[in-house]
Amino acid sequence: MELTSLELKIWRGDAKGGELVSYRVPVREGMVVLDAVLWVQANMASDLAVRWNCKAAKCGSCSAEIQGFPRLMCKTPIADYGDQITVQPMKAFPLIKDLVTDVSWNYEVNKQIPPFTPSERDRATSEPWRMQQKDVERVMEFRKCIECFLCQDVCHVLRNHDLKSVYYGPRFMVRIASLEMHPKDVLDRRPLLKGQAGVGYCNITKCCQEVCPEHIHITDNAIIPLKERMDDVYFDPIRWLIERMKPRQKDPASG
Amino acid sequence: MSSAAYETVETDVLVLGAGGAGLRGAIAAAEAGARVLVVCKSLLGKAHTVMAEGGVAAAMHNVAYQDSWEVHFADTMKGGKLINDWRMAELHAKESPDRVLELERWGAVFDRTWQGRIHQRPFGAHTYPRLAHIGDRTGLELIRTLQDRAVHTNRVDVHMETTVFKLLMADGRVVGALAYRRADGSLLMYRCGALLLASGGAGKMYRVTSNSWESTGDGTALAYDAGAQLRDMEMVQFHPTGMVWPAGVRGLLITEAVRGEGGVLRNKDGERFMERYDHERMELSSRDVVARAINSEVLAGRGSPHGGVFLDITHRKPEFIKSKLPSMYEQFLKLAKVDITKEPMEVAPTLHYMMAGVRVEPETGATNVAGLYAAGELAAGLHGANRLGGNSLSDLLVFGKRAGDAAAADALRNVKVEKAKVDPVQVDEAVATLMAPLGRPGGENPFKLQGELQDLMSKHAPIVRDEPTLEAGLEAIKDLQDRAQTCGAGGSATTAFNPGWHTAYDLRSMLVNAEALLRSAVARKESRGAHARSDFPKTDDQLGRVNFVVDKTADGMQVTAKSIPPMPQHLVDALSKSYATYTPEETE
Repeated sequence: MELTSLELKIWRGDAKGGELVSYRVPVREGMVVLDAVLWVQANMASDLAVRWNCKAAKCGSCSAEIQGFPRLMCKTPIADYGDQITVQPMKAFPLIKDLVTDVSWNYEVNKQIPPFTPSERDRATSEPWRMQQKDVERVMEFRKCIECFLCQDVCHVLRNHDLKSVYYGPRFMVRIASLEMHPKDVLDRRPLLKGQAGVGYCNITKCCQEVCPEHIHITDNAIIPLKERMDDVYFDPIRWLIERMKPRQKDPASG
Repeated sequence: MSSAAYETVETDVLVLGAGGAGLRGAIAAAEAGARVLVVCKSLLGKAHTVMAEGGVAAAMHNVAYQDSWEVHFADTMKGGKLINDWRMAELHAKESPDRVLELERWGAVFDRTWQGRIHQRPFGAHTYPRLAHIGDRTGLELIRTLQDRAVHTNRVDVHMETTVFKLLMADGRVVGALAYRRADGSLLMYRCGALLLASGGAGKMYRVTSNSWESTGDGTALAYDAGAQLRDMEMVQFHPTGMVWPAGVRGLLITEAVRGEGGVLRNKDGERFMERYDHERMELSSRDVVARAINSEVLAGRGSPHGGVFLDITHRKPEFIKSKLPSMYEQFLKLAKVDITKEPMEVAPTLHYMMAGVRVEPETGATNVAGLYAAGELAAGLHGANRLGGNSLSDLLVFGKRAGDAAAADALRNVKVEKAKVDPVQVDEAVATLMAPLGRPGGENPFKLQGELQDLMSKHAPIVRDEPTLEAGLEAIKDLQDRAQTCGAGGSATTAFNPGWHTAYDLRSMLVNAEALLRSAVARKESRGAHARSDFPKTDDQLGRVNFVVDKTADGMQVTAKSIPPMPQHLVDALSKSYATYTPEETE
């Protein structure tokens, strides 16, 4: 049966408190949840706070929890649900107002990750670089990330245990992987992974991977290989012994 | 001292907008030694640049060895129907390869040729395959690369979710700006040595658009208000292929790369109609031609069920489509339940881009107002009457850098400007105007007015225009401007993240852009590029020698024709050389 209207329950309030408020929204063919929310904003509650930009799942602004599941509102057709939909803000971040949360912590984390660093030789050459498609494809998956932070929202280390001080979260494991696996990057970020970035806190529940709207295999292709890279130097006893027997040099395992 | 409470922040270069041009300008200015503050309405990395799909145009001749800056220059000028700023087109064609290679050195990862060079794909009205790309998400790669470069550059700071609502002047020079934080409505006063406007276009004044809520032409309106000249305001681009169905996604962009990769356009009779409009270039004709062709087919009753035409790429292998156009495949599957490897897409023109904007010096992006610079979509000149696909991303890089360099040099020369005396009256007036809607609980809803403006522009300044309709549009705009002066914020008086209140301000910016568009469209009594007039269907050679410039005067908005200076001989030669048509090799 075609729906003509639906009941949209939106969480309204700020850090001090709030509640779910019901709105009756007329339904148009092909409508997504963001359309319904913006209809409420334009017609019933002009002060309803919501982030959005491209409306095409390319910018990662309209992240929210729809029926309790982290999704992009612009990519979620209302036809996927019945005549009642509940929309709430992301829980892992401090609330500003209504559906808008304070995600500034993510931007601070990004600043702490040493940026792309090519070798002296690559920097010095005036020739355009050569790279093969198969070598760049691996990092392209990570570079698809639109920074919607849904993976951060669903990560239990951040969401349930609020361990933002010791773990950067899946988004930034993907970021580090995109740098570490870049064919032209020569920096070693393994000390960062073991220390501040806290890759060890991930216990591979793969929830982040499940919510990623870009279908990035966050756990399989980014986090697990990063864990392996770190384990190689820090926790492999034979490797550890070899490293110890080498002459002293600046090496992640010795420091 | 003004009576309003605000926090004061000092910087050398203030950059408005964190899209490609703003970020590239910020990096350039910081590297030149200036302290830089970037102010943007959204979160960092969400700017409209992420929507750019197809690629960045640069004559690197990695795929077609015959390509050169001269050919790129000629394509750009011919595409823009020769009213472009030829010096900008020259600089753009010469410098874009360096800007692209520089991105790679900063970590961007482009698709490769079999030799390991940056791959380049064919695109509409580019003679040779010229668009460096990353699948169909080139804009995202560009913005992420610039974003990371900017945040890891010393002296660059970013204020996110902050809207500038007034440029501050002292002794005829821009010395700062007033802004409010979207989250809580608190006020900021920026003091700067120079200001770079890079806040993009005003597509949101149309109903069917690929643009986001942000594209409300703030920068153009702020510049106009400060006395800067605008030019080519009649020139807005309808992208030929927007989604038409379902209704919820109408206007959403379908990248030109679909046609670049072999997609064909058909009407409801299955006819490949571009044959009749541009026999030679077919689907890869310039955007103005393709958009008008689709428009004509629909008006002639040969359209698809939902008022568009069909774009078909099903003759390509599914794996090819999924690898070359991954986000298009995903977008249609998810939002329209259409598998583009099996079924055609329904498409119709959608408002996409403004060739129009602030008039600038080609070398520096300087406006006619001291201390004020402009770059990117907001600046006019490079694209003339029609922009070629891919020329926007290269525009952002080339002129973002140039304007950033120039703004930094200017700011560092004028360090004392930060101490300039700002007249408190202009501050108080601007703050009062900003706050007024909150004090009018019974005032009209700004979202309703925005909707009326969108309908007005779609009706009065569509793809094909005529004098009576444009004039009627101008009358209607006056009425909307009056109502916008007295509108409310939608009912709520809170300054805490209140989109109704934000829209009341954005609306005023859009109305400036809309009026300038309508007036300039009346003035250009011919058809040229994106500006088509049913009452003047022919191109007028006399008008090919002028740009229409918009000035703010005591009597309101004035439009005057300004002659284009003669082109130097080396560019005339570049333009008149004939170039071999490139036949793409089969890539599958």
